[in-house]
Amino acid sequence: MSIYSIIFLVLITMCGLVGAAFAVDSVFAFHSWLTVAVSLAFLFWGIRNYTTEPADQSRYMDGVVRWGIIATIFWGIVGFLVGIVIATELAFPEVNLFKEMNFGRLRPLHTSAVIFAFCGNALIASSFYVVQRTTSARLALGNLAWFVFWGYQFFIVLAATSYVLGSTQAKEYAEPEWYIDIWLTIVWVAYLIVFMGTLFKRKEPHIFVANWFYLAFIVTVAMLHVVNNLAVPVSFFGVKSYSLFSGVQDALTQWWYGHNAVGFFLTAGFLGIMYYFVPKRANRPIYSYRLSIVHFWSLIFLYIWAGPHHLHYTALPDWAQTLGMVFSIMLWMPSWGGMINGLMTLQGAWDKIRTDPIIKMFVLSLAFYGMGTFEGPLMAIKEVNSLSHYTDWTIGHVHSAALGWNGMVTFAMIYYLVPKLWGKKEIYSLKWVNVHFWLATVGIVFYISAMWVSGIMQGVMWKTYNAAGFLEYSFAETVAAMFPYYVIRTTGGILFLLGALVMAYNVYRTITMTKEEEANIQTVPETQAAA
Amino acid sequence: MFKFKHELIEKNATLLLVGSLLVVTIGGIVEIAPLFYLENTIEKVVGMRPYTPLELKGREIYMREGCYNCHSQMIRPLRDEVERYGHYSLAAESMYDHPFQWGSKRTGPDLARVGGRYSDEWHVDHLKDPKALVPETVMPKYAFLSETPLDYSLIEKTLKANWWVGVPYTEEQMANAKIDLETQAELDGDEIDGFEERYQKASARVWDNNPDMISEMDALVAYLQMLGTLVDFDLYDASANKR
Repeated sequence: MSIYSIIFLVLITMCGLVGAAFAVDSVFAFHSWLTVAVSLAFLFWGIRNYTTEPADQSRYMDGVVRWGIIATIFWGIVGFLVGIVIATELAFPEVNLFKEMNFGRLRPLHTSAVIFAFCGNALIASSFYVVQRTTSARLALGNLAWFVFWGYQFFIVLAATSYVLGSTQAKEYAEPEWYIDIWLTIVWVAYLIVFMGTLFKRKEPHIFVANWFYLAFIVTVAMLHVVNNLAVPVSFFGVKSYSLFSGVQDALTQWWYGHNAVGFFLTAGFLGIMYYFVPKRANRPIYSYRLSIVHFWSLIFLYIWAGPHHLHYTALPDWAQTLGMVFSIMLWMPSWGGMINGLMTLQGAWDKIRTDPIIKMFVLSLAFYGMGTFEGPLMAIKEVNSLSHYTDWTIGHVHSAALGWNGMVTFAMIYYLVPKLWGKKEIYSLKWVNVHFWLATVGIVFYISAMWVSGIMQGVMWKTYNAAGFLEYSFAETVAAMFPYYVIRTTGGILFLLGALVMAYNVYRTITMTKEEEANIQTVPETQAAA
Repeated sequence: MFKFKHELIEKNATLLLVGSLLVVTIGGIVEIAPLFYLENTIEKVVGMRPYTPLELKGREIYMREGCYNCHSQMIRPLRDEVERYGHYSLAAESMYDHPFQWGSKRTGPDLARVGGRYSDEWHVDHLKDPKALVPETVMPKYAFLSETPLDYSLIEKTLKANWWVGVPYTEEQMANAKIDLETQAELDGDEIDGFEERYQKASARVWDNNPDMISEMDALVAYLQMLGTLVDFDLYDASANKR
């Protein structure tokens, strides 16, 4: 640890102490003490390991990627588990045992854990791996990448504890309060600096396609995060703040942010993963370079406009709704450009779907990406939205894309990456990869079909009139009708979690594999040359 | 020609960064910025006022417990919704909402006009044990709100923060925030005239049936009971507010 890191940690410790001394509420006091404890722990570790020798300059910096992969698996399991808890709460409300465990507080925990903790760690770790491999350069700026990793984990812990303790901005997917937002901004700018710095010192003249997507993701998320979280705190020593915007302006700013959390966090960043790992695993070049250029620029341009489709028929002016709808439909094309480029990369290697379960996972993830980006524009049409909005159909749509695309592509990436990072020839058991594949796939099918049925049924029941011209169903009757589907949905979630646990075990066995075991593991047969 | 140009970007990280940032800013500028200056974005209505201090605290509890995860506050102009919930929601009705709470999911019913639909007792009983009143419900119990005293030690600063972000609280309203809060929960009856003058259509009473303590339940019920009640729809001219 360098002298600058030590000075930084001392400053953070002092901030924490001042915060703890003047805190006006218990959550702020708790977070201040947590800051003190964490920075002191790092300080202690840093001083014990203090060295004036120059840092290890071996070719690639992979330690931070290894930790990132482990964090991805850990947070994934946490996020899926919380998802199962809240799904159970909707079927059996008695499970809302105490206030910290109520649905309203746990639902943001679930969404943040899977989007920001699971997917976020997958993105940071994979981008650090990919940018080094495709530039032939070590990550720039020494240990700053480690700050990004640990700083991001600390952000996750602050956010997660604040929700259960009752502190939130009450804006979906942007729940963390002002001081957590500031911390994330610092971490994110450091991330951008490391990534750009590595691109600057690259030894390859061209910047590889995957890095365009990663870069667009990092810079756009920075913009969205800062603008949507502008707020005035009630006290600088308390958690509560009031957002700068109100009502209709706040609504569109929020969904400009929210939709592009999907567009850039869960799409552009993950296309970066796809563009490196699918060609690598298939041992094939990307299908069309021209297509990647066209769909990159059109995707990032069009996505930003799609936010208003979350606000159809609301008090948002009609012109903005129409604009959002039109751009959402146009978005279908660049989205499928990415899917086609990914799938067609397997041209000449289609047999690998049969022989390589990791390729099979990549292909399924792209298929779900294609489905999700077709369903999305469909639901963005105002007439369809008048039925689907406010119902479980939206939840089903999100999960078909999140579990099917983000989940599957991340799992496949992990199976590819773990042997590479820990110096093994292949994952411990390809058979268990296949088991994971089927557990997850069946789980997703349970989940999304239950939500389609319940969502459409609920939407229709709300709109049903009887012969006398009155509304046929009370709201409570439509709630009761959801019960069987909520049970099926929970079952799907449990299968998906089981798959992730199988993965965790497989990864553990791979890391701890002995030479003897390694000699006996199954590998994928060599592909026949393309006919 | 085209190929040459893109190669330029592919070989220059700064160009790629700046180019991406420019491309992603356009949509937001075109869609969001006009909402701040187009005058017809927020309808002309009679009756809107900022929240009373007690309602504001109730709204904080609404947000803290994540009610927005299951309840919308946005009635769409569709036949069934207007019949079920009342007049469709106007942008003007959430003009003082920092942040907005329109919601995105109806696991429970819309609450935009729940104010005055049920009695205070119904709300208190329902929040304590929803199943006792609505057997089909999947809502968690919120009995702890009745036993938790409301922390309003920062109420002046809370109004001030709202003023900073644009809510038109007057100096008088901010100075009397604590008295107004206690008056509306009937802890202090002497200031009722001043309170009613500062906040139209606001009523003061014991909201949770327990006059000894201002609880979080008092604040939440006071908030729920005013939702959607402010705008005078007899004086609202829909055709003049076409957007």
